[in-house]
Amino acid sequence: MNSSRQPMKGEQYFWPLLAALLFLAVWHLSVKWSGTKVFPSPFDVERGMAELVHRGLLVRYVADSLGRVAGGYSVAVLLGVPVGLLLGWYPAAAFVVNPTIQILRPISPIAWIPVSIVWFGVGNLAAIYLIFLASFFPIVVASMNAVRNVPSMYRRAGRNFGLSPAMLIAKVVFPASLPQIIVGLRIALGIAWLVVVAAEMIAIDSGLGYLVIDSRNSGKRYDLVVAAMILIGLTGLALDTMFRRIEKLKSVRWGFRYES
Amino acid sequence: MERTTAIAHVGSGHFAHGINSELTRQLQAEGIGMSFTRDGNLIRVLENINLEVAKGEFVCLLGPSGCGKSTLLNIVAGFIAPTQGHVRIGGEAVRGPDPRRIFVFQERGVFPWLTVEGNIAFGLSEIPKSERIQRIAHYVRLVGLVGFETTYPQELSGGMKQRLEVARALAVNPDMLFLDEPFGALDSITRLIMRGELLRIWEAERKTIIFVTHDIEEAVQLADRVVVMSARPARIQSVVEINIDHPRDISSRAYLELRDGIFEQIGLAHKV
Repeated sequence: MNSSRQPMKGEQYFWPLLAALLFLAVWHLSVKWSGTKVFPSPFDVERGMAELVHRGLLVRYVADSLGRVAGGYSVAVLLGVPVGLLLGWYPAAAFVVNPTIQILRPISPIAWIPVSIVWFGVGNLAAIYLIFLASFFPIVVASMNAVRNVPSMYRRAGRNFGLSPAMLIAKVVFPASLPQIIVGLRIALGIAWLVVVAAEMIAIDSGLGYLVIDSRNSGKRYDLVVAAMILIGLTGLALDTMFRRIEKLKSVRWGFRYES
Repeated sequence: MERTTAIAHVGSGHFAHGINSELTRQLQAEGIGMSFTRDGNLIRVLENINLEVAKGEFVCLLGPSGCGKSTLLNIVAGFIAPTQGHVRIGGEAVRGPDPRRIFVFQERGVFPWLTVEGNIAFGLSEIPKSERIQRIAHYVRLVGLVGFETTYPQELSGGMKQRLEVARALAVNPDMLFLDEPFGALDSITRLIMRGELLRIWEAERKTIIFVTHDIEEAVQLADRVVVMSARPARIQSVVEINIDHPRDISSRAYLELRDGIFEQIGLAHKV
């Protein structure tokens, strides 16, 4: 917040909640006044949500989507961070590899769907592979740049205390670049969550993306379509909130600007 | 007005009385020159620097900003190789940085991802745990950071961060400390306090200290000897011995004479 005024207790929730309620009200009234038969009102969506809970689909689909993201994303982190660290540490290697990365990076993961189906068939593995691809490149690039931005003073101090190159990377370069790497990881997780929905619409028959496309195709259940969309939004928010918690850990917080 | 060289004599001040100078001589810089080319022009930074520093001595390198005194300190510390001459410490040539000689940057050199304890322990990973804990406690006390052991640097003041960096350096028990304008980023009151602290620590631990500054008062308050450097290409213009016991009375005649002498050498009228 920009104002120096201390917010009152509860006030930090009051206004955002009011905005959300206002949004729901506008939505409800537009549906009512336009007399649409296709688009659901918030109450229809609520009933749809209840139906999903009742049929046991809500938890299962959220868990399926999260599971795929967990799979593809963790492989991307485990490979992408070390690759990025090395490319940042050895500029010569980065010089060789960077053009290739920069060409692969702007290709939308959606464009990879046919290829991944050819390689992995219709199923979990294809979706996981797409999520991996989508998050791998941002993680590599963020880690590489993070290493390059480590002040030379820290590296000198590390060398002064007699660290070998491997220890220097582990004890100085990695912790010094961690805040920036975490920003990259957070962005990559957001992308992974976008991509899982797309992948599930095409290559798979479970998960929130599947719920969207299936509800539309089998009986035009737009109440369920919108319910799925809201679940996608809420889960994405939860993932992002989790990451913001990590940013507040004291060993990395120095790298972030916070209004105190 | 510029004399090219002044080979400083060892056995200066009160410290080396009656001791064979060969034994106390710790650092020798011989014929150090540094130049590089930028846009096809040869830029000479340092020229024919000859300097000897005795064990336990406190030497200030004093000169105008950008004169190359920091470059000289980086050469002595082994971070930069000189284009001419060589540095010997304890008889062996300097080939790179070494844990026996720790470089202290301005307070920005502390590691922000480690606590006060973590920073002090940084160079201690190879000592047994019980001794490590003891040493950390000792240096936390020495630099007056008791109660801040688990605090992260971002919550410390500039002066505290600077003391932390000095503690981190001292904890590995080095022979020498190189300080590159360590108090430059501090306000003038904190700077004055820090000088007193540094002298107290120096008197307790007797490390050899080479201290780079552009502040004449600071140099005369701290050093056994002040090495006055000229503008670029930097040469040693003169070496001034400060034969005043600590704590120094900065309004005494001896102090003022030495200070004004250096002001004159640098070519500054001592009037604002």
